[in-house]
Amino acid sequence: MSSETQKILTTDGIPLEVSLKKAERKNKLKAFLLVAPLLLFLIITYIFPIGDMLMRSIDDRMVTNMLPKTFKAMEDWDGKELPPEKVFEAFYFDYKLLVEEKTFGKLATQLNYEKNGFKSILKKLKRKMKKFEEGNYKEQIMGVHKRWANVEYWRAIQRRSASFTNAKYLKGIDMYENEDGKIVNVPEDRQIHRVLWLRTLEVAFFVTLLCFLMAYPIAHLLATLPMKYSNLLMICVLLPFWTSLLVRTASWMILLQQQGVVNDFFVFIGLVADDARPEMMYNKTGTYVAMTQILLPFMVLPLYSVMKTISPSLMRAGKSLGGTPFVAFWKVYFPLTIPGIGAGCLLVFILAIGYYITPALVGGASGTLISNQIAFHMKSTLDWSFASAMGLMLLAGVLAIYWIYNKLVGIDNIKLG
Amino acid sequence: MALPKYTEPHYRIWHYVYLLICTCVFFFLIAPLFVIFPLSFNAEEFLSFSDGMKRLDPDAFSLRWYKDMIYGTKNPWGLAAKNSFIIAIFATLGSVLLGTVAALGLSSRHMPYKGLIMATLISPMIVPLIISGVAIFFFMAKAGLAATHTGIVLAHIILGTPFVVITVTATLSGFDHSVTRAASSLGSDPVNTFMKITLPLILPGVISGGLFAFVTSFDEVVVVLFLAGLENTTIPIQMWTGLREQLSPTILAVATCLIILSTLILVTAELLRRRSERLRGINR
Repeated sequence: MSSETQKILTTDGIPLEVSLKKAERKNKLKAFLLVAPLLLFLIITYIFPIGDMLMRSIDDRMVTNMLPKTFKAMEDWDGKELPPEKVFEAFYFDYKLLVEEKTFGKLATQLNYEKNGFKSILKKLKRKMKKFEEGNYKEQIMGVHKRWANVEYWRAIQRRSASFTNAKYLKGIDMYENEDGKIVNVPEDRQIHRVLWLRTLEVAFFVTLLCFLMAYPIAHLLATLPMKYSNLLMICVLLPFWTSLLVRTASWMILLQQQGVVNDFFVFIGLVADDARPEMMYNKTGTYVAMTQILLPFMVLPLYSVMKTISPSLMRAGKSLGGTPFVAFWKVYFPLTIPGIGAGCLLVFILAIGYYITPALVGGASGTLISNQIAFHMKSTLDWSFASAMGLMLLAGVLAIYWIYNKLVGIDNIKLG
Repeated sequence: MALPKYTEPHYRIWHYVYLLICTCVFFFLIAPLFVIFPLSFNAEEFLSFSDGMKRLDPDAFSLRWYKDMIYGTKNPWGLAAKNSFIIAIFATLGSVLLGTVAALGLSSRHMPYKGLIMATLISPMIVPLIISGVAIFFFMAKAGLAATHTGIVLAHIILGTPFVVITVTATLSGFDHSVTRAASSLGSDPVNTFMKITLPLILPGVISGGLFAFVTSFDEVVVVLFLAGLENTTIPIQMWTGLREQLSPTILAVATCLIILSTLILVTAELLRRRSERLRGINR
């Protein structure tokens, strides 16, 4: 195609190559324009807000914006001895402005998080400040309370100068940055989040395992039975799948309560005494039982769709070549079902790890998971930045699981329905 | 599943054990749903079987809780049901519209960055709901849409579209594109081709995606708990509050109605799936 004469031209006299490329571009654009509305919608209403969560979780500009002059003056203070006069002067003017705007309370709260005892000395400073004279603010402020002459408190202020913080993330794994700037564990008796993370993993793992153990035989049965029976049995899987989560949780609450059907049955067969009915709800047992039943269809369906494609003649071939039915199953059938197992386990594990409603209703105090803690901070303590940080840690975990799964099995091997 | 005559005894035993295990699992799956039916007709205020019910005494059964659900004073179910249906219908329409159009684009072989875009489009299905809830709440709060129907509908569109995208792309994967080319060659414009040729063929996929979206919205509670105000209460929210605070048998009456609704949806979805498989020529 080097010289003019060899080029193939379309009827308009444009070279065919150019014309084809143009058509290709047009098709690409057309396809993209079809996807664009949904993509744009999701980016605005969903992807950006997740980014917003990230901003909220590390944002610490509140104090930075409240004491701009102080942090400017602190820039060349080494933090070893008491800060020079200009820092005190800057702090005085910053604080005066906050008092005038009536927002000094927020500063007191924030600084008190950093070091106990700030609240009272800031209040005292506010009262005494009215009589301050111009100049020599260092002497005057230190005269208000002896803590103002303690370098520790000024260091605490300096620590809040950064606009971004990882404090919320550290709090999420029960750690914090102490006064020397080292990251240490929260005292053992006050650690709550690590227990929750571990419990969430434990529950998700065992629920996945239980689902797998229960789903495998019935998926196999559904896949091998003649169509007219399997269709009927499939309803047993699909009806719970389509039924509201809350309805299913409600039925477990009725079954598992102390005067409930399960306990009645146990008493009836003489397993337990009538006055010693075991507590099966509001603890981990309740969470396990209810979550396993609720998530079971998500394991059965991918397993079934994979098993359906395995030809029964393979098992027959295995047996005819001398394998016992067990060997034939283990060496021939089982390896073929691995994509289904992978998909089912991934699905159930990820659903379980972010579960909220069922643990909140049947879990009690010992059966709640990390999601319940996120919801608690969103709705009760209103510490949204902490809720965001925990949510993002959970999200990172979920994405890591996807990544590992993709490396091991390949996302394309997932089969749903 | 009759066993061949030559089966050895220990395999025979294993086979019956296997059937027994399967029966137990099926029982575990389906039985909890059936506890709700009889208890919703309880004449008393307890959530367990009364002695009268165990004797099948007709006086122990009544429609009391169904009446309470419909006519009860200060009861929230009427408003909740109305809101739930309005929200679910609009969310379904939105999801189906956006999802189907996007699936058409995604199925085109000219689509650039297919993997990345597909991952973005189905991300709301993959990300745990609680995180979606927090993120969507932040957006709606900023946009001033928290505690409005619009906000909840938009949130449910976000959660519902992945199902539509997945079902419609699956239907389109078996779609013979020569029929649309034939239509174009006969002088049909793209919109006409879509309405007359493509849509009727992919309709089962679109409707089953729509059913998924409807159920997602109708059952959704995590996100709606963050977004809803008193005016926007939905059936799941009322169930949630009821289950947390006072477990009254009225909830069981509502639950029974919901089970009937989900049975209807299940039957529709199943019929559609079979029709779609027949149309695509998948014979099993």
